[in-house]
Amino acid sequence: METTALYPITRERLLDFYQENHEHLIANDTPAFRDNREKAIVSFQKLGFPDKKLENWRNTDLAASLRLTYDYPLQPSADEDQQKVFRCNIPHMDTAVIGQLNGWYVSKDVPLMELGNGIIIGSLAEAMKKYPQLVEPHLGKYTDVEANGFAALNAAFATDGTFIYIPDGVRSEKAVQLVNVIQHRENIFIQSRNLIVLGKGAKLTVVHCDDSYDHQPSFSNIVTEIVVGEGSLLDHYKLQNLNNSSTLVSSTWFHLEREAKMESHYLSLNGSLIRNNTYVRFNGPYGNANIYGLYLLDSKQHVDNNVAVDHASPDCMSNELFKGILDDHATGVFSGHILVRRDAQRTNAFQTNRNLLLTDTAKINSKPFLEIYNDDVKCSHGSTTGQLDETAMFYLRQRGIGEDNARMLLMFAFTDEVVSKIAIDPLRYRIEDMVKKRLQGELQICEQCVLHCNTPDHPVDFKIDVSKI
Amino acid sequence: MLLKITNLHASIKGKEILKGINLEVNKGEVHAIMGPNGTGKSTLASVIAGRDVFDVTEGEILYNTKNLMTLSVEERAREGIFLGFQYPVEIPGVSITNFMRTAVNEIRKYRGFDPLPAGEFLKMMEEKKKLVEITSNLTNRSVNEGFSGGEKKRNEIFQMAMLEPTLAILDETDSGLDIDALRVVANGVNKLRTPENGFVIITHYQRLLDYIVPDFVHVLYEGRIVKSGGKELAIELEEKGYDWIKEQL
Repeated sequence: METTALYPITRERLLDFYQENHEHLIANDTPAFRDNREKAIVSFQKLGFPDKKLENWRNTDLAASLRLTYDYPLQPSADEDQQKVFRCNIPHMDTAVIGQLNGWYVSKDVPLMELGNGIIIGSLAEAMKKYPQLVEPHLGKYTDVEANGFAALNAAFATDGTFIYIPDGVRSEKAVQLVNVIQHRENIFIQSRNLIVLGKGAKLTVVHCDDSYDHQPSFSNIVTEIVVGEGSLLDHYKLQNLNNSSTLVSSTWFHLEREAKMESHYLSLNGSLIRNNTYVRFNGPYGNANIYGLYLLDSKQHVDNNVAVDHASPDCMSNELFKGILDDHATGVFSGHILVRRDAQRTNAFQTNRNLLLTDTAKINSKPFLEIYNDDVKCSHGSTTGQLDETAMFYLRQRGIGEDNARMLLMFAFTDEVVSKIAIDPLRYRIEDMVKKRLQGELQICEQCVLHCNTPDHPVDFKIDVSKI
Repeated sequence: MLLKITNLHASIKGKEILKGINLEVNKGEVHAIMGPNGTGKSTLASVIAGRDVFDVTEGEILYNTKNLMTLSVEERAREGIFLGFQYPVEIPGVSITNFMRTAVNEIRKYRGFDPLPAGEFLKMMEEKKKLVEITSNLTNRSVNEGFSGGEKKRNEIFQMAMLEPTLAILDETDSGLDIDALRVVANGVNKLRTPENGFVIITHYQRLLDYIVPDFVHVLYEGRIVKSGGKELAIELEEKGYDWIKEQL
């Protein structure tokens, strides 16, 4: 087997790597995309990777993840059997499934699907070539490459990911499930870029999953921009079930136009280090955003949810609810920044973070930050961290329920407030089941999403029924 | 003998609450324990059930000749001890069905029985609901969440009916109940009375005892049972209050 040279992913190495592969990286770029890329690499040169001296990264240490050596392939490798990865049993859930392998769109000879109703789903690289007029107005327009090193690095390097376009007035009743599976023969560094655009009065449900296929270490830097057009409706799910050697920095920018509504659900079930950056901007009045999160951590796992909501327009409402259970030596961070700008009158912004610490060694840093520049607002934030309720434990045990089961019931109940917000019934049942298994320590990687990969011998072809989207 | 408490002393955070309780309950008997606030009634109930925030410093509790001190909270429950809570705990996210099925099956397992098949379990739930006149669908409701005071107490009696205990301790089940709810709760208890089980009813007022007629009434005061008698003692207490007992001491 061919062996690849593995490198630590330092700033210097990546800058050299960029120069060495410049031709390849810009091969599909329009002048505008190329311009973005050049600006981004200059910015990354300045910023580098964030370290603990940055306020925003004070409690999340990437040093150990960055010290490992990785292979960084700049194109999908041919020898990995995509068919094998996605040859999975798909249990009952009414979704259209699209796959990414190590961040690359799995095309199966159809890089871009164009449906009768105008919906376009497929490879971002292909969309950049074929529909630059749809991609150019949005790609890189919402991220902040000047301030965010990971966004800059991604913009400089990423050449593919998933593109979803929902035209004005089209309401997709079927959920789109985007499954990103990581499988590589070496440690792998992954950069992937997604763009989702909803026109006016459109509707979309996206279930975005990050899965590991094996136990190989990986480092992923995923950037997703989502535009929710005027009066549109987005239901967004992020399911993370990675192996215990994986680092994931996942950054999502939600850009909401007038009267746009969104819900986002961050469900972090497993992974070594997960950092979710969530940026929501209300670009027009009467917008509404509900952002929910659940993280279940044990061993030395670390999850950091960094949520920034920018109330740039009046009459908008945002609501955040993040809950976590931390066991063993696990550590967690919740940072919630709410910015209410001068002109954003009649803003409603709420934020709640609740944590259960099961051991003395588990730790959570919960940091609400409200920045308010007008006086016609309703804002609240609350944070609680505690142990399982002793009175409730006594109540359950008094009914004959053993201590372990009582503990399990209470933990499951704790998660319910977030899980019950999942609007898709089969998905909620699946998540409930996964949470149960996770709390009992029985959840395996690759057992989530609709790609139920624990039956790899079951020959279900990876096919998308596009007619039903 | 169902329950035999001898010289029971218990304390919380170093403060002694129970200062030498003696009490015997036989099968088929209903005992009422009355007394002013803060005299240790609820502590006694919690200590019998095994709540570990209390330290038993002296004395013993025998239940069916077993020493309760060697049993955990859940083992006592599986042996047939039920505590109806003064303040039933709200557990959002745990459905009553799931809660009761887990409890019933853990108790069955302890006693060497297979889990109850789902159909039989649901049938049993329906029967027991009738007993306490619960008409709403409990299946999807979380334990005590959003329940009114009366609903919570009714739910306690419902749980008691499901678990069929040998010794039921009802801690101020009547507090906060209007007269209709009180009647429903009392009827439920009366229907569950058999020659094989015993009840310890902790109450402030004689009102409940109009409906559940006790065989014995005890007055708990400053951590001791200072007076015992028949049901007429409760009536006397209602008329005269507790001061005359304090004066006798």
